[in-house]
Amino acid sequence: MAVDLTVTTARGRTKPASVTADGSDALGEPRPLPPTVFDVSDLFVTYGSHRAVREVSLTVHEREITALIGPSGCGKSTVLRCLNRMNDQVPGARVTGKVAYYGEDLYAPQVDPIEVRRRIGMVFQKPNPFPKSIYENVAYGLRVEGRRPKSELDDRVEEALTGAALWDEVKDKLKESGFALSGGQQQRLCIARAIAVRPEVLLMDEPCSALDPIATAKVEDLMLKLADEFTIVIVTHNMQQAARVSDRTAFFTAENDSEGVRHGRLVEYDVTDKIFSNPADRRTEDYISGRFG
Amino acid sequence: MTASQRGSVSPEAGAEETPRRPLGAARPRHGEKVVKGFLALCAALSVGVTIAIVVSLLTPTIGFFREVSVVEFLTGTQWSPGFARGEFGVLPIVVGTLTVVVIALLVAIPIGLLSAIYLAEYAPRRVRAVIKPALEVLEGIPTVAIGLFGLFLLRPLAEQIFPFMNWRGDFSIGVAGVAVGLLIVPLIASVSEDAMRSVPGGLREGAYALGANKMRVSLRVVFPAAISGIVAAVVLAMSRAIGETMIVLLVAGAGNPNLSFDLARGAQTMTAYIGGTATGDIATGTTVYNTIFAVGSLLFLMTLVVNLFAIRLVRRFREVYE
Repeated sequence: MAVDLTVTTARGRTKPASVTADGSDALGEPRPLPPTVFDVSDLFVTYGSHRAVREVSLTVHEREITALIGPSGCGKSTVLRCLNRMNDQVPGARVTGKVAYYGEDLYAPQVDPIEVRRRIGMVFQKPNPFPKSIYENVAYGLRVEGRRPKSELDDRVEEALTGAALWDEVKDKLKESGFALSGGQQQRLCIARAIAVRPEVLLMDEPCSALDPIATAKVEDLMLKLADEFTIVIVTHNMQQAARVSDRTAFFTAENDSEGVRHGRLVEYDVTDKIFSNPADRRTEDYISGRFG
Repeated sequence: MTASQRGSVSPEAGAEETPRRPLGAARPRHGEKVVKGFLALCAALSVGVTIAIVVSLLTPTIGFFREVSVVEFLTGTQWSPGFARGEFGVLPIVVGTLTVVVIALLVAIPIGLLSAIYLAEYAPRRVRAVIKPALEVLEGIPTVAIGLFGLFLLRPLAEQIFPFMNWRGDFSIGVAGVAVGLLIVPLIASVSEDAMRSVPGGLREGAYALGANKMRVSLRVVFPAAISGIVAAVVLAMSRAIGETMIVLLVAGAGNPNLSFDLARGAQTMTAYIGGTATGDIATGTTVYNTIFAVGSLLFLMTLVVNLFAIRLVRRFREVYE
């Protein structure tokens, strides 16, 4: 059904992709689409009686980096947290609409949120290593999955730290606390922790907002490298970051409805180059050109 | 050298147009000093009281050790200071105190910590809104009420549950330990719950995002991160149990110091000895009078050691976050 071929993106990143059955592109783009990972349609999120996000529909494709951008309060993090059911942890949060993951409804009653989170990893805005050693931080998810022999654990920890471009910096101090690392290293440790369990998708919630430019550049390089293997959805405040790393960009904004209630909405979703060079919506253009508000 | 030169404005420039108010205070600010002095006085008061207590304990204690050797006091196994030919081996009542403390902690640590985990991690907001204040009320129940509850309810109940034990008389050191345990459950639960709730939410999210279930997050992430607060709670409770008087006086009895380790029988603790003896008829300056203070000093020393030990323990096992 799907034929593998190689697509070169505008940024020159070479990566495998597949052609969908009908060969068409929902976004009106001529190049063939990789398989759909997330299919979000008509998503509403409510916190208590407050409707935080309304009517969001978008699709995320395999081994692409999809960026969600927009001003504060536009609901981009909320949408991201729907993709691995982290909103379940927020008291009073309710999700309606459909989030399909490889065709399966993530919010169907038989779906186990714990299983979902093992497949869909997450990296947070503020680096949140556990107050344990570097080794134990990376091994945490593996230990959650079940018992493993020490040698296998060692291999997987090394693999994950190497994958997160951190191994050379920490290989001699694996027993030290994760908090002994710098902010940028801590964030890469959290990425290592997330990829150690070999998830299918990596969600990143403003992963660089607490980092300096050099650490940010390292994490961005890492994201591009990880995209060969993982599907990545990233929320970012930083438009340049979205432009640098993502294949597709969704622009969200905050609006007041007729009753004056503020809520988030998806304005435009397209391939990144189009969003940044030729956006269809006036609001997108204002935002990316800095004329927002 | 003229005022018209750029960058060299004479100090008098413009003074005629806008008279400058001097930077010194218009009036001396005495109020500030009074407030500061008063606050310092209040802080000093508690230190002063502590010193006064130590000194008042020390003088009769020194008097006691003029008559009884330290070795005899600390290693003797007979305790009958009130008798004409009194014996001053403190071990029986120290053992009585330790028995109560150990049993109390065995009861209170599991119940207290499990309730704290439930309240901090599992309980829905509404349930928590009921249980937390209830715990705090329980913390405020007069110990004499708990003592009566232990003597008239727990003691007969214990006899029914463990009929094979050697129940004699109305008193039981074991039941006293359980009753003290009930007293300190709310303390442990409440303080540890606060410690666990102050663990940053990011740590929980990090663990949930790796597919950890609630129990794992609570026990492997939140609990270790909160350990310093939890140890503090246990130590606080332990000090309270060591010093508890009314409950042990009522439930374990004021008499019968013994080293039998029989939980079904009454036994004397250090506090019960002090409480029982000090309320009786004793003349100041006598050996018995001095004995009360010697036991008091030892009690003070024990709680001090527990506290110092706990501080070291916390430093070693603390998981520092942020």
